[in-house]
Amino acid sequence: MSVTGHDMRTPLQRVRGLGSARSGTRHFWRQRLTAVAGIPLTVAFIFVVLALMGRNHAAAVQILGSPIVAVVMLLFVLNMTYHMWLGMQVIVEDYVHNEFRKVALLMANSFFCIVVGIACAYALLKLSFGV
Amino acid sequence: MLTMMMSIAHRITGAALYFAMLLLAWWLMATASGPNAYATVQWFMGSVIGRFVLFLCTWALLHHLLGGIRHLIWDLGYGFEPNEREWLARATLIGSIGLTLILWIVGYMVVGAS
Ligand code: HEM
Repeated sequence: MSVTGHDMRTPLQRVRGLGSARSGTRHFWRQRLTAVAGIPLTVAFIFVVLALMGRNHAAAVQILGSPIVAVVMLLFVLNMTYHMWLGMQVIVEDYVHNEFRKVALLMANSFFCIVVGIACAYALLKLSFGV
Repeated sequence: MLTMMMSIAHRITGAALYFAMLLLAWWLMATASGPNAYATVQWFMGSVIGRFVLFLCTWALLHHLLGGIRHLIWDLGYGFEPNEREWLARATLIGSIGLTLILWIVGYMVVGAS
């Protein structure tokens, strides 16, 4: 921070890139970004689920394979897995203070979110392209 | 009191949804795998336990969604007055329970009609 009194930066610009892990605001910002994106995507997701309820396999495949539904579902799944990855990181950092356990849980968190995200995305792509 | 519980509820529902995403992944993978796997997952989701879990997931998602919107309102610098906080907490709880019930009634109507 400037001590000369000629700092032209806004407070937000000053804190950007600082914080304990030098990623404080970036983490915070991405949590908010994925939260805001999550609002319309979750609403859309609920409508997709309602449209899928009680369908047989052929109908479910057709609905999930149509371009708009597939793109919305892909965005939902990828946005939400990123969001929950960031969220769980905060929870682990808040409650786990043993350094080894913390690192292990942060790794497990990354693996879990990547596996869930890739599994969902792969299934959606397969439903669209039918390979 | 209520506002404090709502803060904890946001974290608990977030963590619950974290694991609930496994159900979505299972369902999508099964659908992509073919009719047999789809029948199995549909059987589970339609069972009493499956319905119960999905009901809780619906509430958790809606509660976390509304709680998230509340967080975003705070981030913009609004809603910090004690009466506003109380009002927001109540709206989150009543809204999430009400919307969950509405969605399940609509869901049963959709299935019943098809
Ligand atoms: C599948 C859906 C979702 C999952 C798995 C999920 C998961 C999580 C997790 C694990 C956290 C960390 C909780 C904490 O730090 O206390 C979190 C925080 C948050 N979530 Fe979600 N979430 C989902 C959907 C949403 C949606 C749709 C919104 C939209 C408003 C949202 C808004 C937020 C916000 C604003 C926070 C930060 C709260 C804070 O700073 O304390 N989330 N989420």
